[in-house]
Amino acid sequence: MKTLELGADGVLVAGCLEGDCHYQSGNLRAKKRVAHVQQILTSIGFEPARVAMYNLSAGEGPRFAEIVREMTEKIKELGPSPLRAAGAGKEKAA
Amino acid sequence: MIMAKPKPIEEIINEVKNFRKILIAGCDGCVTVCEAGGLKEVQILASALRIFFKQQGTDMAIDEISLTRQCDRPYVTQLDDKVDQYDAVVSLACGAGVQFLAETYKRKVILPGVNTCFMGVTEERGVWSERCAGCGACVLATTGGICPIARCSKRMANGPCGGSANGKCEVNKEIPCAWQLIYERLEELGQLDRFEHPVDPKDWSPSRDGGPRKIVKEVSQL
Repeated sequence: MKTLELGADGVLVAGCLEGDCHYQSGNLRAKKRVAHVQQILTSIGFEPARVAMYNLSAGEGPRFAEIVREMTEKIKELGPSPLRAAGAGKEKAA
Repeated sequence: MIMAKPKPIEEIINEVKNFRKILIAGCDGCVTVCEAGGLKEVQILASALRIFFKQQGTDMAIDEISLTRQCDRPYVTQLDDKVDQYDAVVSLACGAGVQFLAETYKRKVILPGVNTCFMGVTEERGVWSERCAGCGACVLATTGGICPIARCSKRMANGPCGGSANGKCEVNKEIPCAWQLIYERLEELGQLDRFEHPVDPKDWSPSRDGGPRKIVKEVSQL
């Protein structure tokens, strides 16, 4: 939420593969929280697709690159954050 | 503890849209435990409101704070040097906290950010359920420690009613029949003779029927 508020165009949350997390259920909890944030964003009229969660292992470099490219494309389609257009902290925006 | 649920954000937006500087005030007590109005929820709500109003092009300043308790004067007064800076305060405390803020800061608009629901317990992380209705005359000694006022949909003093089926309440099949629970517990305790002596109708005067209640413990007064 804070990142979006500061003007980020999108936020990618990367978690371990489901069922294969050192922290056991941390990735599952994160998944629920990301869905919760998307719900909040929907209720305030902000594109929920600007937040997404992906699951991959630490050894999947090429998959990570693929995910980042995919997310970047998705965000490019959505365009810049409406908050940046509205003058949110540009210097902090990612 | 007292359980609450966050109000829909659309309702809060509607409450605050005409102000320009607001404070979101959480409470570190009960509503923190039931994850409705603690500092975490304050931060999430404030962030969501800032995103919403920024998107609308509305210049709205939204600050965050959480008080130790909003139902105790020494903690409420933590806002003494801050409250004048704001057009309104959205309190994420229970209804008691909201009212105490309003009583303390008589000229300030104090708005509720949660719906206060009941007194209950944490069954598991993320699940809270009702246990006590604050009736003012506890009967748990004769009902196996299970409250027929808070947990029977009809608040029956002598149950179960005819709507109890397979241990569930007719109001909703997800609700356990309190009187079934009471029967099973009294059976375990060897106290089934309780059912041989129906109790008299409950005196509701210590409850809400006697009007708003107050407790005065003289020995504790300064």
